[in-house]
Formats: sequence, structure tokens, C-alpha cells
Amino acid sequence: MPNLSSTLIRWILTLGLVFVFTSILLLLTHTPPLTTYWLLIKGSLGSLNKLARVFQVWVPLILCSCGLLFTFRMNLWNIGIEGQVMLGAIGATATLKWLAPFCPAWTCLISALFFSFIAGALWALGAGFLKTKAGVNEIFAGLGLNFVAQGLILWLIFGPWKRPGIASMSGTKPFDFSLWLPTLHNFPVWGIILAIICLGITAIIITWTRLGLELKAVGLNPFAAKLYGLSPNLNTLLAMTLAGGLAGISGFFQVSGVYHRLIPAISSNYGYLSLLVVMLANYKWWPVPFICFFFACLNVGSIQLPLILKIDSSLSGVIQGVCVLVFLLAQKVNLKTKKQIN
Amino acid sequence: MDVILLLANVVSNAAPLIFATLGETFTERAGVINLSLDGTILLSAMVGFVVAYSSHNLILAFACAGIVGALIAGIVAASSLFLGLSQVAVGFVLTLTCRDLAYFLGDAYTRLNGPQVNHLSIPGLANIPGIGPIFFDHNVLVYASYFLIGLSCLYFYRTKYGLVLRACGENPKAAYARGIKVKIVQLGYTLLGGFLVGLAGASFSLCFKPGWGRPQGAEGIGWIALAIVIFGGWDPFKVALGAYFFSLLQILSILFQNWCPSVPAQVFQVAPFPLMIFMLVILHFSRQKAYHLWQQGPVWVRFLIKFLHTTPPAALGSSYKEDG
Repeated sequence: MPNLSSTLIRWILTLGLVFVFTSILLLLTHTPPLTTYWLLIKGSLGSLNKLARVFQVWVPLILCSCGLLFTFRMNLWNIGIEGQVMLGAIGATATLKWLAPFCPAWTCLISALFFSFIAGALWALGAGFLKTKAGVNEIFAGLGLNFVAQGLILWLIFGPWKRPGIASMSGTKPFDFSLWLPTLHNFPVWGIILAIICLGITAIIITWTRLGLELKAVGLNPFAAKLYGLSPNLNTLLAMTLAGGLAGISGFFQVSGVYHRLIPAISSNYGYLSLLVVMLANYKWWPVPFICFFFACLNVGSIQLPLILKIDSSLSGVIQGVCVLVFLLAQKVNLKTKKQIN
Repeated sequence: MDVILLLANVVSNAAPLIFATLGETFTERAGVINLSLDGTILLSAMVGFVVAYSSHNLILAFACAGIVGALIAGIVAASSLFLGLSQVAVGFVLTLTCRDLAYFLGDAYTRLNGPQVNHLSIPGLANIPGIGPIFFDHNVLVYASYFLIGLSCLYFYRTKYGLVLRACGENPKAAYARGIKVKIVQLGYTLLGGFLVGLAGASFSLCFKPGWGRPQGAEGIGWIALAIVIFGGWDPFKVALGAYFFSLLQILSILFQNWCPSVPAQVFQVAPFPLMIFMLVILHFSRQKAYHLWQQGPVWVRFLIKFLHTTPPAALGSSYKEDG
């Protein structure tokens, strides 16, 4: 299996180089590298509570990455996913807020899930129409909508949905306990089930259905696909809708499962982070859960770094970014050496 | 608010944007997209501030920031030109990585008072009523931005080097056939563009939003710079106008904030960014069917449409293979 061994070499090369780079970086800031790595591991896997925190990050990452698998298939750069998460969160908050006095808690939660999907999908359709109808590159359309979504959240928190008394950056008034997504020993079981179902559906659509094949065909060669009778524009909109909907669900999880209210940083940069996840997964679905777990560990483990070692927690972001960069480079370097052997 | 004071603010606020956008214009006109601007600006802002803080030498600080910018651009160029990686993918990863790297390395230098670029009004010129206070009562960086606009306009359209630069972005194969080393030219201009973006970063942390912190205040500017290059149709003069336009939007948003205190201030800080990006929609329609309809309209509409009508460099973003 030359394929497997080359993948393995690529991974070992990537992790080795990232290890060396991070160690140099830590030495530059006069921090002992080994202690830092130990703290990262202990801070994420050290206790059951911390593992539960890791899964709280894992769930939204998986949901966003599933969405991005569709858009990347079409060679679309759905940077707007960040805003789609925010809109999902707004949709979920609105539903929970308005339905809570009239319905039992579980109806509220299910309808919030539904409306967060719709809200995220509509926001993504906005970016999709800007691309297909108004010719704005999806990167800039998405970015513009991200800024709008951020403004919308700030306006809601400081305006109509402000906390009784004073409006502040700490967000809206927390929901009633009955509206919190139930957990088991702090583990977000419902979120984990939701994430696994979404990943399964995504994998099935991408690998075994006609839709998955069509998306791939349009992505690889839009011109040929058009001759074959496929509509690139329709497929773009479809992929964006699915991506936005899944991102919206992760917004729902952030609201009902993690923060229990709407806060300005509700998306926690998970949208951008999952773009990295999918790139590192080489746009395939099966490595996604493992990479999400790795990234979630880094995110959770780095929270205590500022307290203990007096270094910024953005170290996790640096490690994640460098991982993807080195992985991309290693891919091409491997190919080059192979060609020379042949 | 005084109109002259407002325009003076617009002019000075746009200076770092002009460095960044013209840098990116050089890069994109040569056929390379450097998407890493947002991260590069922050990283070079951090480096510029730290060097200035420890050495008290502003020229050294600007040079270091520029070199950092060029290095990042070098990664984008080398990985796409020589390894065939996607420029968008590498650029995007670098955007996120450089931002976090800046926060991580600059953590020890947050909220410190460092040296700043001094105010320097040009004697004589600054006393002209009207124009003087608007254009000649700022600091060296603002004057450098005027100089850069003029220089790049001349360079692009009036020199042989400018012709080579445009040829590499429009038709690299033809340029190669004429004996131009396309990849070297593209690498060179990407490095130059990165250097200018680095200067933009340093001018944020040393002059326009002095100091370092998290957030620094220059977040999002890199993305806007990329949008402005499209808005300006890859033409240095129009790109500079785009930068002034965005600066005007920012200043106006501060004014509106005072007029409607009921809307939270954060909304106004965010507003110019989507507005600028959605300007691109207007650009698109100037290229479409509506173009012909609007052309029959009044003179000013025709003029506006002609002005906004643009086409990107034909070979933008595709890494050219000499053997292919």
C-alpha cells in the first residue's frame, strides 16, 4: 500500500516539523516547551470534566466541517461560515425566547434546531446569490456578510434583547435551566449524537449519492458539467444552503448547549477553524472527527496557559495554522520526490 | 464638524490603507493573489512596535516590519510558483496563523507606550487656505502615501518595467516567449507588495492606532484592502481613490454615531466594512446588461460607469507552468 505509507510519512513529517517550529517559538518567548506540551495535554485530557469541555468544542467543529465538505467539493471558499454560525445562534435564541412561554421545553429546543438550520441556510444563500447573481467572489461576499452578522448580534445584545437593567458585552439574559440542552456528567450527549448523525449523513451524501457526484463534477470542471446538463449555479446554491444549515445547527448548539445565551463572540472562531480542519483532512470526510478532536484538545488545553505560564492562549491557533501549512507543503514535496523516482 | 477637519482626517486615516492596497495592486497585477493581508498587517504591526520599543529607532522598525511582510508574501509566492499550491489556500491559512502568531509573540508588549511618528507640517504649503490643512498638515507617512500613489501610476503605465509587470499578470506565456523570466518577476513583485503591506502594518502600530494589544484595532483592514483592490479595478489611481472612499466611510460612521446615540457604537464601527464590500455588487452590474441601459442615461452616469468598468488581470491566481 504505497498510498497509506506516503500518507503516514506525510503525517509524521508534518507533526515533526510542527513540533520543532512550536518548540523554537516557545524558546523564543523563554517558556519551557516540554512543560507547555504537558500542560496542553493535562488541560485537555487530564480529567473527565476537561474531556467534556473538549467535546463541547468538538461538536460545533464537526458540524461546521460537515458543511464545508459540501462547499469545498465545489471549490467554493465558504468563508462566510462564521456569519452562518452567528445567524444560526440568532435564530435559535429568537425561537427559544419567543416560544418558551407557550410550549414545553423539548418543543422549543426542537423548533430552535429547525430554525437555526433555516437561518444559517438563508444567510449562506445570501452569499450564494451574491456570487451567482451579482458576481461577487464568495470570499468577499461571505466576509461582508460576516461583518453584517457581527453587527446584527451586537445590535441585538445592546438593543432589543438587552439584559434587563444594563446592556453589556456579557450577552443576553441566560435562558431558563429547562431550555439547556441536557448533559450527562457535563458531556454534551445530545450534541455528540447530533454531530455524529450529521457527519454520517454528510458522508453518505458525498460518497454514495448522485448529488455528491454532481457537486464533485461541477467542482472539478464547471464547463464540462454544464455541457452534461448540470447547473453550476444551482449546485453552488445547494452546497451553500447545506453548509449554511449545518453551520446554523452549530450556532444552535453554542446557544443551547454551551453559553445558554447570546454573546458577542458566539461563533468563537469555529467557522474559520473548521476551514483549517477540512484542509488538513485533505477535503475527505473520514479524518474530520479525529482532526476536530485534536484541534478541540488544543483549544481547551491552551485556556490555562496564560494563568500558569504567562503566555497567550493564541498558541493553539499558531499550532493549528502551522499544521495545515506544513501539511500542504508536505503534500507537494512528496509528489515531487515521487515524480523524480519515476 | 468642520468640513476641512473632516477631509484632513479622511486623508490621514487612509495613509496605511494606501500602502496596503497599492502593495496588493503590485502583487495582483503581476498575477499573484496574496490573501494573507489581514494576518500580515497584524504581524508586521506587532514586529514594528516591538522593534521600535526596544531600539527607539523608527526607521529600523519600519524596515523590520516591511521585511516580515515580504517574508510572508514570499511564502505565498514560493509555495504557489515553485510547488504549485493554491494561492488562496496558503494565503488563507497564513491569514489566521499570522494573526495568532502576532497575538502570541506580542503578548509581553501589550498596552505599553512606545515611540510614535511625529507630526510634521510642511512649512509654506500648510498655510495655503483650504488645501494646506487638508493635505500638508500631517506626518511623514501621509506624505509618503501621496508619493507612492504618484510613483506607482507612473511606474505602471509609463515605464518598461511596468509593462513587463502587467504582461506577467495578463499573459505569462507571451511574456515568457518574449524572454521574460515570469516566475522571477512574479516573485519579485509579490515580495515588494508584501513589503508595502508590512509598512502599512507598522504605520498602524507606530502612528495611526499607536501601541500593541489584543485587539490592536487594525483587524479586518487587510480584508478591506483586498476588496478595495477589486473596487479600484487593479488601477493604482482608482485603488487609492477607493482607499480614500473607505476612509471617508469610517469617518462618517463616527459622525453618525454621535447623531444616533440609541444604536450601539459597535454597530457603527463594523458598518463601513460590509458597505465597502457590497460596493463590489455595483461594479458587477456595470459589467452586465444594465451597462447598456445605463449608458443611455445622463452624462454623469455614463462617466461613472466607464470609470467603474474594470477587468481583472487575466492570469490572476493561476500559477504559471513554464513547461505546460
